[in-house]
Amino acid sequence: MTTTTQAPPVTVPTRQAGSRRRVRPARLVLHAFLICVAVGWLVPLLLAVYASLRPYAETAARGYFSLPHKLSFDYYVDAWQRGGQPRYFINTLLIAVPSVLLTLFFASFVAFLISRRRIRFGKFLLIAFTAGNLLPQQVLATPLYVMYSKIPLPWWMSWPSELLYDSYWGVIAIHVAFQTGFCVFVLTNYMDTVPQELVEASIVDGAGVWRQYWHVILPLVRPALGALGTLEFAWIYNDFFWAVILMSTGDKFPVTSALNNLRSVYFTDYNLLAAGSILVALPTLLVFFILQRQFISGLTLGSTKG
Amino acid sequence: MTITARPPAPRTTPRRRRVIRFTPRDIAVIGLLLGIPVVLDVALIWGPTLASVALSFTSWNGVTDIKPVGLDNYHNIVSNYPPFWPAVRHNLVWLLFLGVVATPLGLFFAVLLDKQIRFSRFYQTAIYLPVVLSLAVIGFIAQLLYSRDYGAVNAALGRTDNPIDWIGDPSINLWSVLVLVGWRHVGYVMLLYLAGLKAVDPSLKEAAAIDGANEAQTFFRVVFPALRPVNILILVITVIEALRAFDVVYAINRGRNGLELLSVLITDNIVGEASRIGFGSAIAVILLLISLIFIVTYLLQVFREDRA
Amino acid sequence: MITPDHPTRRTILRGAGLGAAAFAVPALSAALAGCDKPDEGGSGGSGGGTVTFGSNYSDEVPKKAIAEVLAKSGQDVKINTVDHNTFQENITRYLQATPDDVFTWFAGYRMQFFAAQGFATDISDVWTEIGADFSDAMKAASTGEDGKQYFVPFYYYPWAVFYRKSVFESKGYQIPKTWDEYKALAAKMKADGLTPIALGNKDGWPAMGTFDYINMRLNGYDFHVSLMAGKESWEDPKVKQVFSLWQEILPYCQSGANGRTWQEAAQSLVAKQTGMYVLGMFVGQQFPASDAADLDYFPFPQIAEEHGQDSVEAPIDGFMVSAKAKNVDGAKKLVKYLASPEAQNLYAKGDPNNVATNKRADTSGYSALQKKAAELVGSAKHISQFLDRDTRPDFASTVMIPSLQSFLNNPKDVDGLVKQIEGQKKTIFTS
Repeated sequence: MTTTTQAPPVTVPTRQAGSRRRVRPARLVLHAFLICVAVGWLVPLLLAVYASLRPYAETAARGYFSLPHKLSFDYYVDAWQRGGQPRYFINTLLIAVPSVLLTLFFASFVAFLISRRRIRFGKFLLIAFTAGNLLPQQVLATPLYVMYSKIPLPWWMSWPSELLYDSYWGVIAIHVAFQTGFCVFVLTNYMDTVPQELVEASIVDGAGVWRQYWHVILPLVRPALGALGTLEFAWIYNDFFWAVILMSTGDKFPVTSALNNLRSVYFTDYNLLAAGSILVALPTLLVFFILQRQFISGLTLGSTKG
Repeated sequence: MTITARPPAPRTTPRRRRVIRFTPRDIAVIGLLLGIPVVLDVALIWGPTLASVALSFTSWNGVTDIKPVGLDNYHNIVSNYPPFWPAVRHNLVWLLFLGVVATPLGLFFAVLLDKQIRFSRFYQTAIYLPVVLSLAVIGFIAQLLYSRDYGAVNAALGRTDNPIDWIGDPSINLWSVLVLVGWRHVGYVMLLYLAGLKAVDPSLKEAAAIDGANEAQTFFRVVFPALRPVNILILVITVIEALRAFDVVYAINRGRNGLELLSVLITDNIVGEASRIGFGSAIAVILLLISLIFIVTYLLQVFREDRA
Repeated sequence: MITPDHPTRRTILRGAGLGAAAFAVPALSAALAGCDKPDEGGSGGSGGGTVTFGSNYSDEVPKKAIAEVLAKSGQDVKINTVDHNTFQENITRYLQATPDDVFTWFAGYRMQFFAAQGFATDISDVWTEIGADFSDAMKAASTGEDGKQYFVPFYYYPWAVFYRKSVFESKGYQIPKTWDEYKALAAKMKADGLTPIALGNKDGWPAMGTFDYINMRLNGYDFHVSLMAGKESWEDPKVKQVFSLWQEILPYCQSGANGRTWQEAAQSLVAKQTGMYVLGMFVGQQFPASDAADLDYFPFPQIAEEHGQDSVEAPIDGFMVSAKAKNVDGAKKLVKYLASPEAQNLYAKGDPNNVATNKRADTSGYSALQKKAAELVGSAKHISQFLDRDTRPDFASTVMIPSLQSFLNNPKDVDGLVKQIEGQKKTIFTS
């Protein structure tokens, strides 16, 4: 979905606009405002990073808003080693990557049928998918658990439980089911803003459903897919709930669980935990940076002009 | 709800009636790619949801036999469960706050950052960052900012002798938390709206500019109406987020002492050791009913649109 | 599957991508199956050597310590570690679906509840062999409602009133024996400019310790047990009396307790801003090593003479054998080993924050605090397990935590509070 060699040229007509040397007072005010906002948004996070560089005994005694005596990356090393993170990172990716890709794939196709092909019962489908997202996921926990613990899987799909319970398949399935509902809704709305004429033209050309979807619609909703992909990855990656409910083998847990390993039953070194959670947040940031170009300013979808 | 053979009229201009003819291959593709998500949705979302509705009329601890109790759970919730009404109130405050403050702010940032300005990427990143943080970081940041004795806010305000109890005082902690919630929600809305703004045909804006409209006029008269579907989307997301709100309060103090929310009450009762699944499900059904008010409004909207 | 009319470079690339994906699927499938391939021989359930061990010892120190203990068991033990918080939340689902043979758990009502649901294997036969090594109170804490044993105690950590020796010495404070002396001492501390009693209840459970102690000192251990079991009315004057005694010391406690974590409250003790703190022995973990020797404690003061200081709140952690255990004999052998002084000594070496339960365990390596704890618990007539372990978990978390928090916010309305608790208690305990 991130193929950069997409055919309808994504024109970059106004890239250079920003470097025009006209400094208008209004722009300066705008920048001043945005800098204030950005700093305000970053401060809590920077404080967390700052705390993670200081020993717990120091922040506990002097408060978080104080000058440092000692700064080091010790906690990061410690968090990486103690949390056993490499393995948990892989576990998380095994869950998150297929979940996000399948979700976006299914959701965009369904949204395409509803929005652009206007299939029968499309609105009904849309509502059914959306409404499934209105309830907090905790509601589904018990029935889902009961169901999962009764569905056997062969050992090469689920070991040692040989059930859908305690398998990645089950966790991926519920992620896809839950998030597809939301994404169908989001993408349908985005596709509604795409001119219908484009699809119609391709139908006249005799293109099949797949071609209309893959070659016509998908490129047009790339900004939405990029934004949604970013969000979905962050959510599924950070999700802890489904793994907790539907898994029981500690070694198969996602990385959010490794963070819990940094807490003791009673005492928690919060600065260590901060270091660990900042490490864990890095991949989601990476995905944001990779996908950001899909919806960043300066790029306009030339093809919307037809 | 049955949508009878209505003409699949294109939204823009009603033109010659189009006859949809799917080839067998089309039907195979649709059957597979529509079938899988529908099956998943029915089996994993709607099945369990309906099961929960049924469970709400029972008493069950997840282990022993399920015992039907009629409407007892509902009766207990409204009359004998002190956190319930505060939770309803908090959810509504949440909705109001997101709808009036956070969501418009997110739209505002998206519009500002969609312009051709320098450092746009930096600003976007700064505002988006809170969205990717996990519960553990949010909990820590809340502690770091709001701790009565050791927190940054009291220190920055110089209130060390007579500190404000941002989290412990139930009369103000909801607002402390809403600031953090807004901090995350704004980035989320901004991101979705940025993607929407990409779809606006730039020639529309140019035309408006030629007509002498200023930026605000262009936005409100041209861009905003053109993005109607995305506006609806953002509205619905705001409602969903407000009603499902859970993680920030849960990370801070498990949603107690002035931070009760319906989803937290559901979790407390359903997930965990020795659960009261029937009771928790009944709270969920109440939440579903509240959501339905919004769904019905949305439905009416959708169908009115259809008829037009 | 895609047959474009005239393939372009792009679609060819994409096709290649799909092909690669098709090859990746089986590999992915194997990865998704889990961590390691089953051992064909062992999985038959023939009662071979392997015992699976479900552990919530997820923190670094205990995790290593328990691994060393299990390594010396002489059995083939496979450990499944889940972080303690998840382990606890998940326990019902875990025990129903795929429990390990032996699992870590808590004594008291929490154990009895699951034993009564049929999730535990009766290990009374193990107790006939190990019984002599444990006090009666320990045995009672390991016994289910049906009189059979389901639990092997491993270690405990008592709750008491903690203070800094240096503060007491420099100000000439005496250890209070009775409630009146306790209040008098608090008043003196206040006059000296200290906040007498540290209190942090953001997470909801720390204040339970104070409630339990006032209740047991005033009404006795038996009343505590039956109140927790839902057999007494919370509107009983005895319970109201507990809250009104608590009111008497609230002016001496740190204000804003519901916004303060226990660690922050402990930090005030470290910094000598507060004088005393009712908490478990884990409070020591907040102390820097240099100050650790300065930490000491005394038992919660006496209130009613007939009960004296005869009960100690000392939560016990230990092990149970699951009902679904595949290797019951191996599991019983393993818990028997874990009950032995050798295993407990070994564990105490790796994790010195607790006290071994076995009477014959070696106490020579103990710190002063641990020795004192062993004496305190050894001489106690009753060992209580803490409010949230002595009652139903749903009652503790959905009723008691909010109720105690609202008491700290608004201590005046005791009548209204106990009425609310009683109303909810009735619906929970009858369900």
